Amino acid sequence: MTRTDPVVSVRDLNKRYGDFAAVDGISFDIERGETFALLGPNGAGKSTTIEILEGYRDRTDGQVSVLGTDPRHGGLDWKARLGIVLQSTGESGNVTVREQLRHFAGFYPHPRDVEETIAAVGLEEKATTMIRKLSGGQRRRVDVALGIIGRPELLFLDEPTTGFDPEARRQFWDLVRNLKAEGTTILLTTHYLDEAAQLGDRAGIIVGGRLVDIGAIGEIGGADARVPLVRWREDGELREERTEHPATLVARLVAASGTEPHEVEIVRPSLEDVYLQLVRSAGVEPIAEEALAS
Amino acid sequence: MTTLNPTLPAGHTVRLGVSRIGYELKSYFRLGDTVFFTFLFPVLMLSIFAVAFSDLPFGTADGTEISAAAYYLPGMLAAGLLLSGVQNLAVDIAIERGDGTLKRLAGTPLPVFSYFIGKIGQVLVTGTLQAALLLTLARFAFGVELPTDPQSWLTFAWVFVLGIITSAVLGIALSGVPRSGKSATAVVIPIALVLQFISGVYLPFTQLPEWLQNFASLFPLKWMAEGMRSVFLPESFAAMEVGEAWNLPGVAIALGIWLVAGLVLCRFAFRWIRKDS
Repeated sequence: MTRTDPVVSVRDLNKRYGDFAAVDGISFDIERGETFALLGPNGAGKSTTIEILEGYRDRTDGQVSVLGTDPRHGGLDWKARLGIVLQSTGESGNVTVREQLRHFAGFYPHPRDVEETIAAVGLEEKATTMIRKLSGGQRRRVDVALGIIGRPELLFLDEPTTGFDPEARRQFWDLVRNLKAEGTTILLTTHYLDEAAQLGDRAGIIVGGRLVDIGAIGEIGGADARVPLVRWREDGELREERTEHPATLVARLVAASGTEPHEVEIVRPSLEDVYLQLVRSAGVEPIAEEALAS
Repeated sequence: MTTLNPTLPAGHTVRLGVSRIGYELKSYFRLGDTVFFTFLFPVLMLSIFAVAFSDLPFGTADGTEISAAAYYLPGMLAAGLLLSGVQNLAVDIAIERGDGTLKRLAGTPLPVFSYFIGKIGQVLVTGTLQAALLLTLARFAFGVELPTDPQSWLTFAWVFVLGIITSAVLGIALSGVPRSGKSATAVVIPIALVLQFISGVYLPFTQLPEWLQNFASLFPLKWMAEGMRSVFLPESFAAMEVGEAWNLPGVAIALGIWLVAGLVLCRFAFRWIRKDS
């Protein structure tokens, strides 16, 4: 592959379990150096897709190329170029953070410095602590450290910040930005839409195994979805109107009624709002997702 | 699986395998329950038998009598081989498959062979320490006379090495049987326990009905136990064996067949993860 070929290329990907299509005809590319966010409700097929790309699952149909290789036939030299942070881990962890990282560093031809990596995930004070004695968020940081220890060209992050406190998440975002600056290509899945907005260049939204939208983070959902929304209460009824000129609309409301409108608000749709609307219009009620994302 | 390219230097597999041994040993001795149930178990059993039957003489028709500790030592050494290899690895690897350890390793460039080297090396080291502990305990706590001729120790060496490696390889092969990490001990321990009862570890082998003897002879533990008896029991005890002699060629052949079968199973049946589960 040349430098300009996509790092990840997926065409008409299908994964069936009996009659159930977990992934139903997905296509997308990820360019070198890009951070691509894969978003969608639980069970939409995000993890299935990512695990097919990582070589953990076989696909039913379609073409997949990761770093120029079909993941079904990815050898050790291919794996040496990947970094994988799985969605869940539960190892017994009878080694210390430093022992684990030092050991894993030995697997790779050009590993990152162990102490630097420990510092990058903010675990300096836990370096000599057994992994099993760490909190959930700290263990997650070990997962991230193990994902980047081999200096991967392509990094898979499957819900990497679950269990992080807000400060740890900010720290993690800085880490990802540094990796990006080094030229790492990143495939991210997350339930935190602000995280996707902060880190992603482009996003794809999967609902029910299908890609319902794909595009630059600022353009997902189309221009209409981003038109500001004005909400207010009139005669006890909640009213809302989309307009490119929200301030003008509010001024008109004031002029018309001569008083302050009730409960007035101007909302510029965030990625989260756009996402929720897309998921709803695809026929899935994302209540659980709202709860998770808030 | 073993394609080498310039980024992963030759000798990589062995070098990583050696680094795995150290890592595995560290993890092993930090886990209290495996240390107790596989490492110290034969030591504990030998102590119980030695104390419980301390007044009973164990003898042959020609009048040679030995203590309970001396009588049970070879059986416990053989049980140690089985526990350190088969039981330990089958449970350990099934748990690692269940808790995500293997899934993580599968996503790294660690060769499967390096992983095997790590496990087998861990078994070799723990098995050796276990045997040393058993021999020391037997000699100094229970006054068992150990053989002094080099020939006996040479026999011990090959039965031990062949036994422990076969046992380790079979442990890796058996690790694919439990459907989950949680069920691993429930599947593996009964197999190991039944084998110990029918293979002459706890009960004198020749007192078993012939069909059961024949059945037990299909499995490696019977042969490990017989090999160990030939080393540590007085020559006159050979009269109580099947065929009234130590069948050392049989020991070598049976263990050799199991070793090859185990290697083939490991090579072709071992998977890091169950795909699509």
